[in-house]
Amino acid sequence: MSNVKLMQGNEACAEGALAAGVRFFGGYPITPSTEIAESMAAMLPQVGGTFIQMEDEIAGIAVVLGAALAGKKVLTATSGPGFSLKQELIGYAAIAEIPVVIANVQRLGPSTGQPTSPAQGDVMQARWGTHGDHPMIALSPWTVKESFEVAIKAVNYAERFRTPVIILMDEIVGHLREKVELPDTKDIEIYPRRKPECSRAQGYEPFRPAADLVPNVADFGTGNRIHVTGLVHDETGFPSGSPKVTEDCIRRLHQKIEIAQDEITHYDEFFMEDAEYAVVSYGGTARTAYAAVEDARKKGIKVGMVRLMTIWPFADKVVKKVAEQVKAILVPELNYGQLVNEVERAAGGKAKVKLLAKYNTEIFTPNEICTAIEDLTAEVAD
Amino acid sequence: MRSYDKYFREHRLPHMWCPGCGNGIAMKAIVQAIEAKNLDQDKTVIVSGIGCSSRASGYMNFDTLHTAHGRAIPFATGIKLANPELNVIVITGDGDCTAIGGNHFIHGARRNVDLTVILFNNNIYGMTGGQASPLTPLHKKATTAPYGSVDRPFDPCHLAEAAGATYVARSTAFHVKHLSDMIFQGMGNKGFSFIEAITQCPIAYGRKNKLGDAPEMLKWMSETAVMKAAYDKLPEEKREGKFPIGVFYNSEFTEYTTAYQKVIDLAGGAR
Repeated sequence: MSNVKLMQGNEACAEGALAAGVRFFGGYPITPSTEIAESMAAMLPQVGGTFIQMEDEIAGIAVVLGAALAGKKVLTATSGPGFSLKQELIGYAAIAEIPVVIANVQRLGPSTGQPTSPAQGDVMQARWGTHGDHPMIALSPWTVKESFEVAIKAVNYAERFRTPVIILMDEIVGHLREKVELPDTKDIEIYPRRKPECSRAQGYEPFRPAADLVPNVADFGTGNRIHVTGLVHDETGFPSGSPKVTEDCIRRLHQKIEIAQDEITHYDEFFMEDAEYAVVSYGGTARTAYAAVEDARKKGIKVGMVRLMTIWPFADKVVKKVAEQVKAILVPELNYGQLVNEVERAAGGKAKVKLLAKYNTEIFTPNEICTAIEDLTAEVAD
Repeated sequence: MRSYDKYFREHRLPHMWCPGCGNGIAMKAIVQAIEAKNLDQDKTVIVSGIGCSSRASGYMNFDTLHTAHGRAIPFATGIKLANPELNVIVITGDGDCTAIGGNHFIHGARRNVDLTVILFNNNIYGMTGGQASPLTPLHKKATTAPYGSVDRPFDPCHLAEAAGATYVARSTAFHVKHLSDMIFQGMGNKGFSFIEAITQCPIAYGRKNKLGDAPEMLKWMSETAVMKAAYDKLPEEKREGKFPIGVFYNSEFTEYTTAYQKVIDLAGGAR
């Protein structure tokens, strides 16, 4: 049975999270993400779940981390200023290995900035916002339908890797309304909460990694009497000041994601077969980029496009392959230049990499990006 | 073997607190209340923040959560709401609860979530070496108040009551049995229960303020703390230098998870 709805990206994100099994939402209202909280407030009690509006952004993530440890799949949502405030506990979730999804519907910053104009200025904050070394998974949808799908993926990855996952949305997609055909719930793959592989008597340790390097941390209240801390800890979960334990702990946090990177790297390629130029884009900007690439094709330019859904970990292999094929890559971003540096690094000098930056509250027009493609071809010809 | 030994993780002991610290007394008072209340050890979660007090969670043999600085109450709120059958006990300190966690403290009380919050008040940031906290008394010295603190301290019991806590009590590390009784009664209250446990920090607070060693600080508690009923009868001039202990406030108000279950019923869901 088909379930066709007209909905916003934010609403689709909430629907996707619910479909993936999220039963607990905590957060603090902030535009342009508020519709996610509002949707959850209405829907969660209908399925026996819990919604709570907290006193501030920090409490908004703390409450969901507590709920996750007590067995629920959880979501919180925010935007720039709130995303900054949540950073310490994103790091807590990384080291304590608590599954949590944070939707950040980006707006123009820094600080209060331009509320609530579109921007893509939190790309690097999503990666490095919390202190210390940690891995990060961030996914960026470019359509309303994909907001639903990304939410499901984010919840599944949070559970599978026991790590924070960021849905890096932007105001464009968050507030866009499109027709969406929601899949049947039975067709949705769900990663279940990991369970201890044996009992305490049989030697269970809550932070001992399984074969995929992810520990099967028991939920609170299941008789395992585990200890969870933000201190560096060994596989028992208790803190240790040992250099070896510290090194092993930090390394494993990274490696559990690194060994699965190909599986979690999602992207689309358009017109790449004969491409001599490429546009690498993501989020709402990729919609404009697609139209610009079509226009440039009509003008006879052999340009293709790579649209990244997985922002972090960065799609090094994908971009490297593109760089080996084309003469130059254009990276349009609604910021002063963030992901472009990753593209340049991954390209490794194999292709020229050019930034098209915009940070004035307005989104790109197809013409702006098309002109930039034309300019790039001229530059390469020089 | 003492009856409450099972509530401790013996392999994590001895604790890391300084000689003479009152935190061990307060921690024991908590497990004695748990024992008296006969709480299911597998359905009881201890949540703490950051600081001297908050290292207690690691020594206690339950599901335990050592959170980030100031955030124990919202983490605990999430645990209780996610699984209302769990008994959730929060251990926090004066800096953790009333400075960096102050907003969470008043809002936890406002919601009346069924948590038992025990604040170990040693009047100082002990772990970082003796900086002033919002509960450092006026004119007392700290490393960040070398000329004496000019910041007026909170009365955390008044704060809890004003914010909506439905059980508020205070005791001290000297009044061990009384402290445990105050916690026991708090565990019986279905709602946000707050117990201030005054503990001595001879190293980072007592020494700087010439309050003597641990026995002397405990003696001070015995001489200046007055049971609430007696304190209430004291004329104003005789209250000088004294402070009350006991149950200050106890009231009935719908507990949060009960209230939210009504939301679920209204929405047509089932937990």
